[in-house]
Amino acid sequence: MYGMVFFFIVSAFIVGCSNSTGRSVSLSDTHEGALERSKDEPRPEVSTSPLSEHQQILHALNRLGYGPRPGDAARVQQMGLKNWITRQLHPDTIPDEAVAPLLRGYPTIDKSTPDLLKKFPNNPPPKPVEPNMGPMQSQMAQEMPPERRPVRIVQELQAARIARAVMSERQLQEVMVDFWFNHFNVFAHKDLVKWMLPAYERDAIRPHALGHFKDLLLSTARHPAMLFYLDNWLSVGAGPAKIGQNSGLNENYAREVMELHTLGVDGGYTEEDVREVARCFTGWTIDRPREVGQYIFRLGQHDRGEKRVLGSVIPAGGGEADGLRVLDLLAHHPSTARFIATKLTRRFVQDHPSPAVIERAAQTFRETDGDIRATLEAIITSPDFTSVEAYRAKIKTPLEYVISAVRVLGGQVSVSGTASDGAFQLTRTIANLGQPLYEAQPPTGYPDMATAWVNSSALVRRMTFALALVPNRVPGVWVNLPQQLIGVDRRRSDQVLNRLLSVVLSDEVTPATENILVHMLSDPKINHAMEDDQGLVNTDAETLAALVIGSPEFQRR
Amino acid sequence: MCSCSRRTFLTLGALTVLGLSRLPPFLLRAASAQERGGARKILIVIFQRGAVDGLSMLVPHGERSYYEARKSIAIRPPQAGNADTAVDLDGFFGFHPALAPLKPLWGARRLAVVHACGSPHPTRSHFDAQDYMESGTPGDKNPTEGWLTRVLEARPLLQADPLRAVAFTTTVPRSLQGNIDAVTVSNLADFDVKGGSPLLASGIEAQQGFEQLYELGIHDLLYEAGREAFDAMKLLKARNLQSSAPANGAEYPRGRFGDSVRQIAQLIKADVGLEVAFTECGGWDTHVRQGNERGQLATRLTEFAQALAALDRDLGDRMAEVVVLTMSEFGRTVHENGNGGTDHGHGTAMMVLGGTIRGGRMVGRWPGLAKEQLFDGRDLQVTTDFRHLFAEVAMRHFGLPSDIPLFPKFPVKADLYPGVMRKSPET
Repeated sequence: MYGMVFFFIVSAFIVGCSNSTGRSVSLSDTHEGALERSKDEPRPEVSTSPLSEHQQILHALNRLGYGPRPGDAARVQQMGLKNWITRQLHPDTIPDEAVAPLLRGYPTIDKSTPDLLKKFPNNPPPKPVEPNMGPMQSQMAQEMPPERRPVRIVQELQAARIARAVMSERQLQEVMVDFWFNHFNVFAHKDLVKWMLPAYERDAIRPHALGHFKDLLLSTARHPAMLFYLDNWLSVGAGPAKIGQNSGLNENYAREVMELHTLGVDGGYTEEDVREVARCFTGWTIDRPREVGQYIFRLGQHDRGEKRVLGSVIPAGGGEADGLRVLDLLAHHPSTARFIATKLTRRFVQDHPSPAVIERAAQTFRETDGDIRATLEAIITSPDFTSVEAYRAKIKTPLEYVISAVRVLGGQVSVSGTASDGAFQLTRTIANLGQPLYEAQPPTGYPDMATAWVNSSALVRRMTFALALVPNRVPGVWVNLPQQLIGVDRRRSDQVLNRLLSVVLSDEVTPATENILVHMLSDPKINHAMEDDQGLVNTDAETLAALVIGSPEFQRR
Repeated sequence: MCSCSRRTFLTLGALTVLGLSRLPPFLLRAASAQERGGARKILIVIFQRGAVDGLSMLVPHGERSYYEARKSIAIRPPQAGNADTAVDLDGFFGFHPALAPLKPLWGARRLAVVHACGSPHPTRSHFDAQDYMESGTPGDKNPTEGWLTRVLEARPLLQADPLRAVAFTTTVPRSLQGNIDAVTVSNLADFDVKGGSPLLASGIEAQQGFEQLYELGIHDLLYEAGREAFDAMKLLKARNLQSSAPANGAEYPRGRFGDSVRQIAQLIKADVGLEVAFTECGGWDTHVRQGNERGQLATRLTEFAQALAALDRDLGDRMAEVVVLTMSEFGRTVHENGNGGTDHGHGTAMMVLGGTIRGGRMVGRWPGLAKEQLFDGRDLQVTTDFRHLFAEVAMRHFGLPSDIPLFPKFPVKADLYPGVMRKSPET
C-alpha cells in the first residue's frame, strides 16, 4: 500500500483576462477608490460592504478556506459569492470525491483505537530516569521500522490534514476541523494519546465541525483522547464523608472544560465549582487504555454524593448523568455563547473583534441552541466581516501560510505515504515555522493572534520556505510557475511582475511593495542579458515569485 | 498603545535611498560595547511553564506536614551517602537530588532561592497566571507590554541595537512584548534566509530583496519583525558565533532547553549587545505520577539544573555581569492528588544566580505547611510578591532609577525587596 503513489493536481488553469492586458491601474488604487466612493454613496449592487466584489471574493476564499488556487476567484464569481458561501456552510452538497483516494497513503486515519493499539507496539516507554535517551533506547528506536513506530500515526494524521487543506473543495469544513481541534486541543505525544488521536479527530471533532456545540462538547468530553490528555480517566471520587481528604480527585479536566472549552476564564465559575465539576466527572474513564482504549463509565470510581455546580444542585446518586448535567449547564451558559462567539469572530473577522459582532454571534449561538453553522452565518453576513478593518487584517498562521502558498501556485503534493511524501515535508515546514500539527502541548492550543506568529525568526523561515517552494526544492511538492506565466513574455520583466502580482496577490499589493519590486527589476545587474530556451533575455521569475510569496502582503489573509 | 518605534526614525532615511543598503549603526554600538570590555549587564530570564512544584524542587525536609501531605511523592530528607535523598542546604530546606549540580553554586554563594514566592492573585489558570507574571500586573489584563519591556525602556539607548533582547522561543514572550523589538530565535545557526542564491547567474539577490520589502512599512507588526530579522542577521554574521564552543568543559544537556541556554551564553561571549535573554522550559504540570527522587519531575529538574550549571561554568568570570532569574506561574497543591501528582496551587520557589547575588541563602519568610498555614486550606502561601523579587533584580542589576514605573499602579519599595542582590555590585 505504501508503495502506491497518488498525486493530486490542483486545478492549474490560468486566471483569465484580468492579467493579460497588463495593469494600467493597480488594483490597490481601485481598492482605495472604492473606499472613497463608499463614503459618498452606498453601492447596493453587491452589498453594503465597502469592499469591491473582487475583494469580497478574495476575502471569502482567504477566510473560509486556505486561500485561492488559480482560477478559484473566477469560479466563485461565476457561481456567485453567496451561493459559494452557502455551499461551504453545507459541505455535504459539495462533491469532493477526489479527496478520499488521496488519503489511501495514510491508512491509520481510518483505523480504530484498538486496531492501532494492536498494530503499533505500545510498550510503555522506558522509565524516564535520565533526561536524554541512553544509547540503548535510541538504538531500540532505530531498530523499529519506521512504519511500525507509533509516531507514524501522528505523521499520517498530519499529512492527511495538509492534503485535505490543499485539495478538499470543502474548505470551510477543513478550517472548522482545525478550529475545533485547536479549541479542544489534545497533545499527540502525551503517552497514549497518539493511538486515540485519529479517532478523536474523525469521530469526535469532524462530524460536528458545523453542527451543534453541545455535541462537540459531549463527544470530546467522552473521548479517550481527552480523558487521557486531561487526566480525568484517573480521577476517583471518595464517599461523601471523605471529600476533601485525599479523595483521589484530579481537577485537570474539570478546570479546563470551564476555562478553555466553555465559559472562559472570566466566565463566572469559582474554585469550588472546579472541585464540584471534578466530582461529577469521576468515573468517566477509559476501558483498558493500552488494549481497548474506549470510553467507559465506572460507577465504582464515581463520587455518588450531592454536588453543587454553578448554583445548581446535582442530587446524589446521579452516576454518569452528573457529568451530562454539567455539560448541559455549560453548553447553555451565556458565558459559553460569548466565549465561543469571541473565538469564532477572532478567527473569522479580526484579532480584536468588535463588541457588536461578538454579540451578534453570541445571540445567534444562544437562540439556535449552539448551532455552529448558524453562528458562522451570522458572522459572515455581519457588516464587520466585510469591513475595511477586517479586510486582510489577519496574519496567516504557519499552516495557513504554507497551504496558501502551495495553493496559490497551483501546487501538487505527493501523498504517497512513503519517504518522498510531500505532505510529510510540509508538516516539517509548518513545525519549523512554529506550529507542529497535533503537537501543541498546552490545552489552550495554538493562539489565533498576529502577535503570536509575527516574529523575526519565523519570518526568516517563511522567506526560506518561499525560496525553496518556487523552484521545486521542497521534496514531493511541485508548483508549476511556467504554467502561471503562460502568455507572458519572460523577456519583459514588467510583464512577469504584473502576472505574479496578479496570480499570488490577486493584485492586492501596496504601492510600496510594488515600487520596490519594480525598482529591483530595473537594476541592470538583475536584468542583464542571458540566454536560455526562451531567447536572449529572461527575468528571474523564480526568485521574483518567491519574493512576492515572502512579501508582507502574502503574510496576510 | 502603538507608539512610534525608534525604527521609524531609522527608516525615514532609507526612504530616500531606496534600494541601497542603509548604514548599520548597530554595528558601531556593538563595537563600542566590546571596547568597554563587555561591561554591559545581562539578565537571563527562565520561565518554567506549567507551574513547577516548588515543594519537590526546594524540599522543606524539616516540615513534618510535608511528609504527611505527600505519602508517595515527598523527597526523603537528606541522608549522608545516599544520592536519592534531598541535598541539604541549611538544615531545613534541601534541593531535589536532581538539582545536585547546583549545589556548588550554592556553596560559592552565587545562587539564592526565594521560597513561597508568587503572585498575590489567586488564579489557578496557567494562562492567566503566566500572563499576569509576564506583564507584572496581577489581576489586570490591560497592559500590553511585558515587564522586561519596561526594564529595557528604562535603560538608556543611544542607537539601534538588534540583539538587545533575544527570546529563544517560537513567539515573542509576553514578558518582552511591546515597543522594544525583541528578536526571537529558535536556533542561531538557522537564523538566515537560505536558498537565496540566484538560480540564474543574473538573478535577484533574494535576501537583499526581502530586506527591501520589509524596509519601508511603518507602524506594522510585520514590517517591524522583518526589519529586526535582517538587522539581527547582519550583526550575527559580523560576529563569528560558530567558533564559540562551550568553555571550561561545560556540558549542556541535550534538547531544546539546553540548546537555548547554550546559545544565550554564545551571544554573551560574542558581545552582540545582549541585555535581556529569555527562554522557557515546559513539562512541569505534573498532575499524574510526578515521581519522587526519581521519575517525571526528576527528569525535568535534571535537565533544568544541568543547563544552569553548564551556563555558569561556560561563562566563567563573565557571570559577574550576569543574573539568571527563574520563575513559574504558581506552585502546586501541598497534598498529592489521587494519581501520585499534584494539582494547581499557589506559592512556589524561584532562583537567582549570578556573580552579584547574595547567594547560599534561602530568602523570604517561610509560611509553614500546617493546615491552618495554607492558602485556601490547600496551597503554599505566597510571602514574597514576585514583583518585589523582579524589581530588586532588575533595579539593582541594571542600576535603574528607583522611580521608574516597573509595575503600573504598584510602586515597588526597596525595603520590601527580598534581598537577593548585593547592594552594589562592586562591594
